[in-house]
Amino acid sequence: MSIIEIKSLTKTFGKIQAVRGIDLNIEKGEIFGLLGPNGAGKTTTIGMLCTIIRPTSGSATLAGFDVVKNPADVRRQVGIVFQDPTLDTVLTGHENLELHARLYGVPADQREKRITEMLELVDLKGRSKDITRTYSGGMRRRLELARGLLHKPAVLFLDEPTLGLDPQTRARTWDYIKKMAQKEQTTVVLTTHYMEEAQLVCDRVGIIDQGKIMAMDAPDNLKESMGGDLVVIRVKEPPLQKIQTLPYVTAVKLNDGAVEITMKDAHLHLPELLSIIPHVECVETRVPTLNDVFIKLTGHDIREDSPEDSGSWVDSVARYRQRGK
Amino acid sequence: MGIYALWWREFIVFRREKSRIVSSIVQPLMWLFLFGSGVGASINISDINYRDYIYPGILTMSVLFGSVFFGLYIVWDRKLDVLKAVLVAPVSRISIFMGKVLGGCTDVTLQILILFIFSFLFPSVNPWGIPLALLFLLITSIALVSLGLAIGSMLESLEGFQVVSTFVVFPLFFLSSALFPVDNKLPLWLQSLVKLNPLTYAVDGVRGALLNVSTFPFYIDFGIITFFAVIMFLLGSVLFSRMK
Repeated sequence: MSIIEIKSLTKTFGKIQAVRGIDLNIEKGEIFGLLGPNGAGKTTTIGMLCTIIRPTSGSATLAGFDVVKNPADVRRQVGIVFQDPTLDTVLTGHENLELHARLYGVPADQREKRITEMLELVDLKGRSKDITRTYSGGMRRRLELARGLLHKPAVLFLDEPTLGLDPQTRARTWDYIKKMAQKEQTTVVLTTHYMEEAQLVCDRVGIIDQGKIMAMDAPDNLKESMGGDLVVIRVKEPPLQKIQTLPYVTAVKLNDGAVEITMKDAHLHLPELLSIIPHVECVETRVPTLNDVFIKLTGHDIREDSPEDSGSWVDSVARYRQRGK
Repeated sequence: MGIYALWWREFIVFRREKSRIVSSIVQPLMWLFLFGSGVGASINISDINYRDYIYPGILTMSVLFGSVFFGLYIVWDRKLDVLKAVLVAPVSRISIFMGKVLGGCTDVTLQILILFIFSFLFPSVNPWGIPLALLFLLITSIALVSLGLAIGSMLESLEGFQVVSTFVVFPLFFLSSALFPVDNKLPLWLQSLVKLNPLTYAVDGVRGALLNVSTFPFYIDFGIITFFAVIMFLLGSVLFSRMK
């Protein structure tokens, strides 16, 4: 039995269909990512699994408990870190954890030990007596991570765990997530619109768009489905026949004065490829990203709404102009 | 137990906000020693110095303001998403509500106890009446924290604070006979409003206990204020459960 089993889960808000019939099984111990743009239905799905939102139809069980019929049991098995911070800023770090322990029924004799354990895991033991208002953004996230796992839940939900954090803090947060998931042997389900996050942290990724799951697999497998790396060579008369017969080439396309070659392991085979093409003007290599997978599946970009981390500023400008239309 | 966890949290917050505690004690004292002494120089009521006369009413005022605003602060908790972590825990809404009520009552009761210490400065006050007065004030507090939570769970923004203060809290205070007696000297319209105000009976009960002067019999005061508390508690718990 999977730790989370979802069948035809649907949620409609008035006229808006936020989640349109999701089927999904999440296995115990894995780090699972729901990857999709804002508005795809990620937060709503998590909300239903945490029993905060009532499903319109369909069913979901978590650790064997039905989310509609036994919400209290589900909540005991669930830890959540929301997108926006929910710490009690009037309390100290230690007190925040203690309050959580009391609310979730952690036995009194285990409380202190458990709190210390979690504080050490996120490197906050030294600041635990300080009021959380004085914590930095990264520290608050870490405390919330510690809090989420305090009561040893079966599943930890993270809604956009590194949204708004700087690159170093993001990388550290990913390390903490992985370390804690492994140590506590908790299943982790996170939602994100950052493809690097899905790539680097998750064992499996479910690509979600407009309330439906478009694909689900390990990140590498999903990228494999693109057929390989993309090499774009600007050249006047490419020897198409010769290129196509190369064993590692899966597709060749002529496009506007350049040849687009899909091939496996470009970094290994590029020298040979270039040796058979005369008068190469310029070469560009692109390794497929989850965003490419996303575009292939849905026809649009993941990050239409968040230009803050797009690849180049030229792209941002283009997007900005587009929106102005 | 969920209720205890929340009560514990409120207690920590209370201890931490020392400036709030100090001002919540100083304000009633100013009413008593600045306003009360001032008016008392010219006026006695039922042969009691005015300053002593309003002592029960000012205690009730302290409970009124302390309780209602405590409950209203739930709007802050919601805005800051602090409540979210609690709402998601395996604790029932009603437990959270009760924890908050207990927490609020404890806050207010501790403030009142400090004000009771000053009772020796009021010669007409009978110290043996303090336990009964405390009982009245406690029940009133339960009612008013519930009321505050009830309103707070429906308010969407912090602007509501001013509206509630002006249209709920101040009328409840001024029309409660805290500052003037309920008798036939009052114009009819004022008399009726005062008699309709549940707090009038709370003030009357406290005044009866501390000064041996009351307009209504004990059982009426006690009955009405208890009934009011029950209604408010039920209302508050229903609205709180429906919140968000």
